[in-house]
This record gives sequence, structure tokens and C-alpha cells, in this order.
Amino acid sequence: MRNVLIIIKKQFRDTLKNKTVLIQFVLFPIMTLIMEHAIELDGMPECFFTKLFSVMYIGMAPLTTVAAIISEEKEKNTLRVLMMANVKPWQYLTGVGIYVWILCMAGALVMATGLERQFIFFYLAVMGTGFMISVILGGCVGIFAKNQMSATSIVIPVMAILSFGPMLAMFNGTLEKVVRFIYTQQLKGFLDGMSFECVKGESVGIVLVNACLLIALFFLTFKRRGLE
Amino acid sequence: MIQCENVYKSFGDRTVLSGIHFSISKGKIFGLLGPSGAGKTTLIKILTGQLSFEKGKASVLNNSVQNLTDEEKKNIGIMMDQFGVYDRLSCTDNLKIFADIYSVAHNVIQSTLEMVGLKNAMNMKAMDLSKGMRTRLQLARAFLHSPSIIFLDEPTAGLDPLTMKSIHKMILDKKESGCTIFLTTHNMEEAAALCDTVALLNEGVIVEIGSPKEMCRKYNHHKTIKLHLISGEDMELMHGKESADEIYQLLKSECIETIHSSEPNLETVFLELTGRKLQGDV
Ligand SMILES: Nc1ncnc2c1ncn2[C@@H]1O[C@H](COP(=O)(O)OP(=O)(O)OP(=O)(O)O)[C@@H](O)[C@H]1O
Ligand SMILES: [Mg+2]
Repeated sequence: MRNVLIIIKKQFRDTLKNKTVLIQFVLFPIMTLIMEHAIELDGMPECFFTKLFSVMYIGMAPLTTVAAIISEEKEKNTLRVLMMANVKPWQYLTGVGIYVWILCMAGALVMATGLERQFIFFYLAVMGTGFMISVILGGCVGIFAKNQMSATSIVIPVMAILSFGPMLAMFNGTLEKVVRFIYTQQLKGFLDGMSFECVKGESVGIVLVNACLLIALFFLTFKRRGLE
Repeated sequence: MIQCENVYKSFGDRTVLSGIHFSISKGKIFGLLGPSGAGKTTLIKILTGQLSFEKGKASVLNNSVQNLTDEEKKNIGIMMDQFGVYDRLSCTDNLKIFADIYSVAHNVIQSTLEMVGLKNAMNMKAMDLSKGMRTRLQLARAFLHSPSIIFLDEPTAGLDPLTMKSIHKMILDKKESGCTIFLTTHNMEEAAALCDTVALLNEGVIVEIGSPKEMCRKYNHHKTIKLHLISGEDMELMHGKESADEIYQLLKSECIETIHSSEPNLETVFLELTGRKLQGDV
């Protein structure tokens, strides 16, 4: 457990210096703040941009940052040094995951500023769940990819499906039928309802199945690739 | 402290190490000297548990390398050229991570950086360091937790003579404080200057092992004396009475500019044993 904290601490030291990762964390919160204040159209649903960007944030930030952090450490051979210093793979992965989750939650808090007070808890619960699933997916990519290049090439299409799928599904009914099996689309539904009462059992089921499949994928990748 | 018994390692059907056999006692510097591709790094990886091997026994701290305990691992310091540093973090922050992992007090970081001569660069980002400074940062990381065994993979490769000297001094200081050191190099002067025992490794086989001095003496077959005369002429004389007379005459008539005895060094020993040079064209 001590080593997990050390990894988290190390990541925090690196945050402000690592521009490519930092931008992933701040991009959507800042865009949300700007758009919510700048654009107001008649007939636009309340907090339209907050909800839209929230889903994209879930689909992008944790996935790209976790994959980038792990693959960079592989490429630069710092991961090897940690392992030789007797940091266990699970300690490292947990540390990176928790770190990314915390920063994403901080971002979500910023995005939540536009919401009414009674919705904030629900909103954060949905976001927290989404981040967790995306972190696991990012872990799969990070473990699978040998370097940053290959990590990026896997992340981009996956990210596009997770983030843009739900957005495009708003305009296309056929697409919606496919995209509804993806957790980000279901989470978008939760955010549209914005209360625990509107959450349907079927949707929760889909999210859970997504989570379970990704956890299984995570352990499978780890078993096959290890952390080197 | 470190033992190898008949270790074999191959990648696919290529045997990279065969029949490696040696033992290193506490407080000694052991040098593995060999040309590029000889298998030096591979052996370090085996001894530090990063690679498995097919046959034989390898043990460190009297325990087989495959099942070292966490406590024993804490007693080992490793520096390899393939190891990375955190580029965006300062030297101090780089070491802080490992100080935390090894539960080393943070004031040790400063003294370690001082020891490797990075005191003035302690707040520099690792990516701005020169190659020599980077190497010293990696040494600092290997030394940080005062391990009793240190593995160094080519600690001075590609460094200028001055930096090399300062690193040699650090290694000797570590030995002074009781550390056992295993280092690899393809620089025979380095091996001769630092090591108590040198093993010459060629294509995965240790062709000779012993103290550098003894080894040179053993292979000192053609004992010759080289003369350079004022006239510009070079002469090479065998040891013996006739040569002594000749040198005496030359000395008396003040014809000699310089006299060299040509002692064999590890380079010539290696050349004699393998027909290969350690560095340069093979
Ligand atoms: N993972 C690997 N897979 C296949 N072959 C390998 C692997 N690692 C090393 N080798 C081979 O083993 C041989 C020994 O490599 P090694 O890195 O131990 O040499 P070295 O003595 O350290 O050389 P150098 O002085 O260049 O560092 C080389 O021929 C190399 O090609
Ligand atoms: Mg090597």
C-alpha cells in the first residue's frame, strides 16, 4: 500500500510538467465553463454542454492518460527500474489508476459548477463510475502497448467510439441501436435524467457488463503481457 | 556474496552464455571484461533476476537469484545503461521516489548527489543533464539505499576521462565501505585499475579469470624491451644477457631516447586468448 501512495505522489509531482497529460485533464472542464457561459440558444436543454462534454471527458481523459503514462514508462525504461526496486505491478497500476481517477474527479467537480446543487451528488457518482471503467480500459491499452506510439494508435479509435458515439447517436437512430451497448452512451442517459429515479435496471446492467468485460480483458492482457 | 555455477543461457537456439562459473567474496570488485555482444548485460540480468536461465545455479547473498526475498532485494543496487530516469523531474525528485520506496531519509538524497558530484545540478531536470551527469544520477540511484551489493553495467561507457576518473573514485570509495561490486566493461584499463578479479568473457565463455596483475604476468611470454634511439631507429630486444650488454653499450654512448618495457596488458592477454580485440574492429 505504501508503494501505491509513492506512485500516486510521483505522478502528482509530474502532473504540471507533463503537458500532454495535463491538457487531457483540463481541456473539457475549461471548454465546459466557456461554452456554458458563452452560448445560450432558445430551446437548448439545460446544461447541454456540461452533459455532452462530460460524456466525452469520460471517454477520453482517463483512457488517454492512463495509456500514455504506462506506455511512456515502458518506453523510457523507468518502469523496469521501479520493478527492480521491488514495486509490484499491481501497486504501480493501482497507483496510476487512482491518480488519474482523482484528477478526473477534480475536473468533474469543475464541470459540476454549472449544475443545480441537488444534482451534483448524482452527477459525480455517474462521472466517478465512468472514470473507473475508462481507467481500466486505459490500463489494458497501457499494458498491451509496447511504446507510446502503439498506445496512441490504439487509443484514438477506441476514444472516438466512446466519446463521439453517444454524440452522433443523438442525430442518428440506427447508430443509437448499436451505441447503446457502450457504457458511455448509458452514462449519457443517466446524465440526461439526472436523478437516481430515472436510472433503468437495463442501463445499469449494460454498464455492469461493460465493466466486467473490461476487467476480464484487463486481467487477460496482464496475464499475457505482464508489465515489461 | 555472488556465485555462478555452470550457468547456461540461450535465446532461441543461440547460446549466449555457456558454463559461466565464478564466485565473488564480500568487499571485492569483480569485473566482467568482454567485447560488445559477449553476453555481459545478459549475465547481469540473470544475476539480478531479470532473466531466467536454462541450466546451472546463480546465487546472490547466499540465496538463489530466482527466490530472493524483498529484504535481500533491498540490499542490491543496480545500474544499467538501459535503465531510464524521469526526464521531467529534477535530480532530487528522481531520487525522492526511490528514497520513499526504500524508506531512506530525504537528507541522504543530498549527500548522495554530493557524492556523485551533482550537488549543483540537483534542481535541474533530468532531460537537461549531459550524458555523464545522467550516468552519475543513475549511479546515485543505485547507491542511494546503501546496498551491500552493487551491479554496474558499463558505468563509464562513452564518458570523458575526467568523469570516468571521478566515477572510478566513487566505486573505489564504495568498496572501501564494504560493498561488493560487480561491473562490466569493455575498457581494459578500467578493469585493471578497479578490479580485484577480472573475468574475460568472449562469446559467452569465460576464457580466463584472475587478478589483473597475475593474469598479465601469466601471459607475459615474450618479455621484450623496446628502445627508441636518438637516431630515430626503433629496437626490440629480448630479455637476457646479450640484450643487457647491448643496452649498456647504447646507454654509455648516449644513443637512447626512451626505453619501454612492454608488459602485456589485459588487451594483449585477451587478444592472445581469443584472437579478438576488445574494442574497435573485431
Ligand atoms: N532478449 C534477447 N533476445 C535475443 N537475443 C538477445 C537478447 N538479449 C541479448 N541477446 C543477444 O545476446 C548476446 C549478448 O548480449 P549482451 O547484451 O549480453 O551483450 P553485451 O556483452 O552486454 O554487449 P555490449 O557491450 O554491447 O553491451 C547478443 O548477441 C545479443 O544479440
Ligand atoms: Mg551490454
